[in-house]
Amino acid sequence: MTLREEAGRVAVLPRQFPTNRGGLCQKGWTAAELLDHPDRLTTPLLRDPASGELRPASWDAALDRIVTGIGAVQSGHGRDAVAVFGGGGLTNEKAYALGKFARVALRTKHIDYNGRFCMSSAAAAGMRAFGVDRGLPFPLADLGRADTLLLVGANPAETMPPLVRWLTEQRERGGRLIVVDPRVTATARQADLHLQPLPGTDLAVANALLHIALTEGWVDRDYVAARTTGFEAVRRGVAGWWPARAEALSGVPVADLEATARALGTAERVIILTARGAEQHAKGVDTVTGFVNLALALGLPGRPGSGYGCLTGQGNGQGGREHGQKADQLPGYRKIDDPVAREHVAGVWGVPADELPGPGVPAYQLLDSLGTPAGPKALLVFGSNPVVSAPRAARIEGRLRDLDLLVVADFLLSETAALADVVLPTAQWAEEDGTMTNLEGRVLRRHALRPPPAGVRTDLAILADLTTRLRTLGRAPSYTESDKKVPFLTPLQGGADASDPRVVFAELRRASAGGIADYGGVSWERIDERDGVFWPCPTEDGPDTPRLFADRFATPDGRARFHPVEHRPAAEEVCAEYPLHFTTGRVLAQYQSGTQTRRVAALRRAAPDAFVELHPDLGARLGVGDGEPVRVVSRRGEFCAPARLSTAIRPDTVFAPFHWGGAARANSVTNDAVDPVSGMPEFKICAVRLERVD
Amino acid sequence: MSESVVIVGNGMAGSRLAGELHARGGDRKVTVLGAEPHRAYNRIMLSTLLAGKIGEPDVELAEAAGQGVDLRTGVTVTAIDRATGTVHTDDGDRIAYDHLVLATGSQAVVPPLPGLDGPGLPERVVPFRTLDDCRRILAVAGGARSALVLGGGLLGLEAARGLAARGLDVGVVHPVPYLMERQLDPAGAAVLAGTLAGLGVTTHLAVSATAVVADADGVRLDLADGRSLTADLLVLSCGVRPDTALARAAGLAVERGVLVDDRLRTSDPRISAIGDCVQHDGNLTGLVAPAWAQARVVAQVLTGEDPQARYRPRPVVTRLKAAGIDLAAMGDPGDGGAGEELTFADPSRGTYARLRIHDERLTAAILLGDNPAVGTVIQLFDRGQPVPADRRSLLLGRAFGATAGAPAATPALMPDAATVCQCNNVSKGTLVSCWRSGARTVDAVVAATRAGTGCGSCRDAVAGIVGWLSEVDSVEVAR
Repeated sequence: MTLREEAGRVAVLPRQFPTNRGGLCQKGWTAAELLDHPDRLTTPLLRDPASGELRPASWDAALDRIVTGIGAVQSGHGRDAVAVFGGGGLTNEKAYALGKFARVALRTKHIDYNGRFCMSSAAAAGMRAFGVDRGLPFPLADLGRADTLLLVGANPAETMPPLVRWLTEQRERGGRLIVVDPRVTATARQADLHLQPLPGTDLAVANALLHIALTEGWVDRDYVAARTTGFEAVRRGVAGWWPARAEALSGVPVADLEATARALGTAERVIILTARGAEQHAKGVDTVTGFVNLALALGLPGRPGSGYGCLTGQGNGQGGREHGQKADQLPGYRKIDDPVAREHVAGVWGVPADELPGPGVPAYQLLDSLGTPAGPKALLVFGSNPVVSAPRAARIEGRLRDLDLLVVADFLLSETAALADVVLPTAQWAEEDGTMTNLEGRVLRRHALRPPPAGVRTDLAILADLTTRLRTLGRAPSYTESDKKVPFLTPLQGGADASDPRVVFAELRRASAGGIADYGGVSWERIDERDGVFWPCPTEDGPDTPRLFADRFATPDGRARFHPVEHRPAAEEVCAEYPLHFTTGRVLAQYQSGTQTRRVAALRRAAPDAFVELHPDLGARLGVGDGEPVRVVSRRGEFCAPARLSTAIRPDTVFAPFHWGGAARANSVTNDAVDPVSGMPEFKICAVRLERVD
Repeated sequence: MSESVVIVGNGMAGSRLAGELHARGGDRKVTVLGAEPHRAYNRIMLSTLLAGKIGEPDVELAEAAGQGVDLRTGVTVTAIDRATGTVHTDDGDRIAYDHLVLATGSQAVVPPLPGLDGPGLPERVVPFRTLDDCRRILAVAGGARSALVLGGGLLGLEAARGLAARGLDVGVVHPVPYLMERQLDPAGAAVLAGTLAGLGVTTHLAVSATAVVADADGVRLDLADGRSLTADLLVLSCGVRPDTALARAAGLAVERGVLVDDRLRTSDPRISAIGDCVQHDGNLTGLVAPAWAQARVVAQVLTGEDPQARYRPRPVVTRLKAAGIDLAAMGDPGDGGAGEELTFADPSRGTYARLRIHDERLTAAILLGDNPAVGTVIQLFDRGQPVPADRRSLLLGRAFGATAGAPAATPALMPDAATVCQCNNVSKGTLVSCWRSGARTVDAVVAATRAGTGCGSCRDAVAGIVGWLSEVDSVEVAR
């Protein structure tokens, strides 16, 4: 989008750009409303010990409180007793600076972010198959030219409406769109074929599709031989997934599985995409791997116009997971336990490599340890609202309350900020420069239109100021002897202003250079000159990389890797007491934890309240009519919202959007079982019962 | 010392159990003794192999491998010495067990007909049971133009379908008046026979075979009605019989199959049995799903993961799916008791559906041909879940009663409150107001309301409304 300032207000205008082609949904059109919203925070808030209320405070008082709190916690419980929680909406510069702040200023291993709840399963599956995780290894425009497009657990018509323009073009060109979703979503209604599996059975569907491709001779044996390893084990694994077996498990008719396999196996340009529906499971990595296996067996990745990809869930979902916000990661998508990576990044940061912390723990594990004897006692949150967005949220809310110090940087008083000891008011998107990386791996610029309001600071300025104050504290006697020896604080670059995103980006380029996500040759000017720059882009003079895998994969031997994957039941299966499957997702007019979108009048009008979607047959059995309140109860908690009766959902399954907090918080009931590889919680399936609210 | 588990049989039950045990870790030693010389394979895929669509490696299954697993194929167990806890093999070995699991499967029944009573079958007469059977059929079928299948049950029809797919003329001889009588009703079976005829499979019903005459050039099947059918190949599909010889010789309790309790224990608590060789609660199964469920229970009990695990048989769904055939059958179709019955028949298109419902649950169903709700029906039956209030959806699936808002024939009939643009929440009323405020083109209306600026899929609808307004607006204004 482009912005214009009119009479002191910011107006949003659509921009003709290769990804959205001028499309904006209501959330985009109304985004500027939050810039001047009356709820906007414009002063730091400190919790008053006497009243327990949050009270306005000066920046000095707020930052000193933070630094004193960190000092007390770290001197009492060690460096890892302070943790940082980031977000997939932060710019690349902020994500990078946050990771560096945690490792160098706080010297804690504990940093992770809400992207763990979003992209982590697809990321892990991509890494282990291709050696690289870039949402789409090809430009989005390829979707429009696909002969067959398979969307698994993706509902872009509601979650990413401008993308639907490509689906429309695809179908106008005669392509087939196939959607896998337990609900008849707005996207599924546009499909030529909709597979409606029981939640939690996508992996069985994937294996059955590959089974059919094998029996029908659609596997590209030459490609498999030349470009992959590990196929034999996968072949034997899917031999056990004859279609009727997957049908009984998933409810998808064999004929539909066959039609899908045929459309994938016999067309020229074929794209398979997964999204949260397939990924937010305790077997999310394996489920994605099932579809990656299918794509590899059909010879799709690297074939012009074909491939596998995943759809990103947050504004900077891609860039946010590349530069060190993840517990196990250093900038450039480097691994924090890789000695060479540590050496390189430590060199850029001017610290000894052996002084960098090791890997921390994934988001849920981190949140669940807060305030416990072995867990962190202080947490700094940037751009996230886990009180609403974490699974088993009531438990996490309790953990946050147990902290000695909770700091939240946000521009609105989110549910998480409302629990904080210190709230720092931050700048918004139109008030700061920086870069984001979209789902294509395309690095984009964000241009500041105006400065932040008086009293508001940028995240980078906050981090820079905290760093300076911590340096002073680091020399204080309360720190241990070994801590004092370490030059644990360094300026970002030769005394340059660490609050300047341009300076931070320059350092990010150096830190990422040579890594998987190599930004070495990406400059703000280069981004502005063209429609973004695709990573990897190692040199300023050299090309960027709109398409990956044409010749080789990013693995040591250049071959993609098959991994045999087996369906397994959901972490929590239905039973007599909790007889219904529960699944969560988004609605069109709201976003994430709703902190922002619930405050925009037009969006509130479009989607005013939480709801529980259930089939009319189920409503009739329970005696619940449309619009009547219903309570959803799981082993972990409950929430309440009006029933929305719809034949779009299976009678054995209940859906609710997760954008609301309080009594309507869907995440009060979700399961905190996590994927063993990615740490992704099982948001998309758990067992519940419904109760009438009389 | 670690526990030693010996599994006799590397078929779908035995190999599955080895995998289940291996997946649960621990330091027990698992020995699998398979009489067939091959890797474990998927028997269900043999008809696809017969059809020539895949090669032998494609039917191989994943096997437990690695530390603690000793897989020996081509080794037949000749005896069980329960006193010493050892099994004897045909290569002279003695293998000690702490726990023994019999997964010996079943053997094809060879009917007692003249011509089949010698030692070994004639070259052109082959049962359809194992990979080796499949190889023999393919060896003969290579030069064959026609084949007969004796037995019109599920396996016989799968074999017939596979051979027909190779281009052979296939005749199925079945002594009962209709095909698959255990799963189907006469009307459904008649539709199935019609479908098979279209695929090159002729059926000869209600007639027994009386003799087989085979030589190097062909095979002749004499029928009780005096006819004789000739072909290049005869496939026997006359049922299977649990392979209980080993258990019987060891003195275990055996009736039609090896008797087991809910934990799959035989009469000797150190010996379990799973799969086709088993008789549980009076029933034989002969299907993969129960065999795998049994393997899971044995693994849970033996590893201590869930000592209380018990095998609970689930209702059986019979599925025949090949190019041109789509059949699902479950429950007892002969059940004419209380309850509702739903039927749909379109025999000329090969579609037949009959469902029985009692107390809001499916008790039986036959679905043949194009039944879009087949997946739903199977799940409802399997899980015993209540059927939909609108029974038609069981026959017609989503095709019926879809709620996708069909566009109104003319914008005039669309309510003002109807949302035209979902992405930007723009109603028809808003578009009309915008027009009345002076916007006179699609672009102007779009610019003012943002309709169509999201996913873009409502642009045609917006254009339609603007077009309609430009035609009728004078009337509207006059009103």
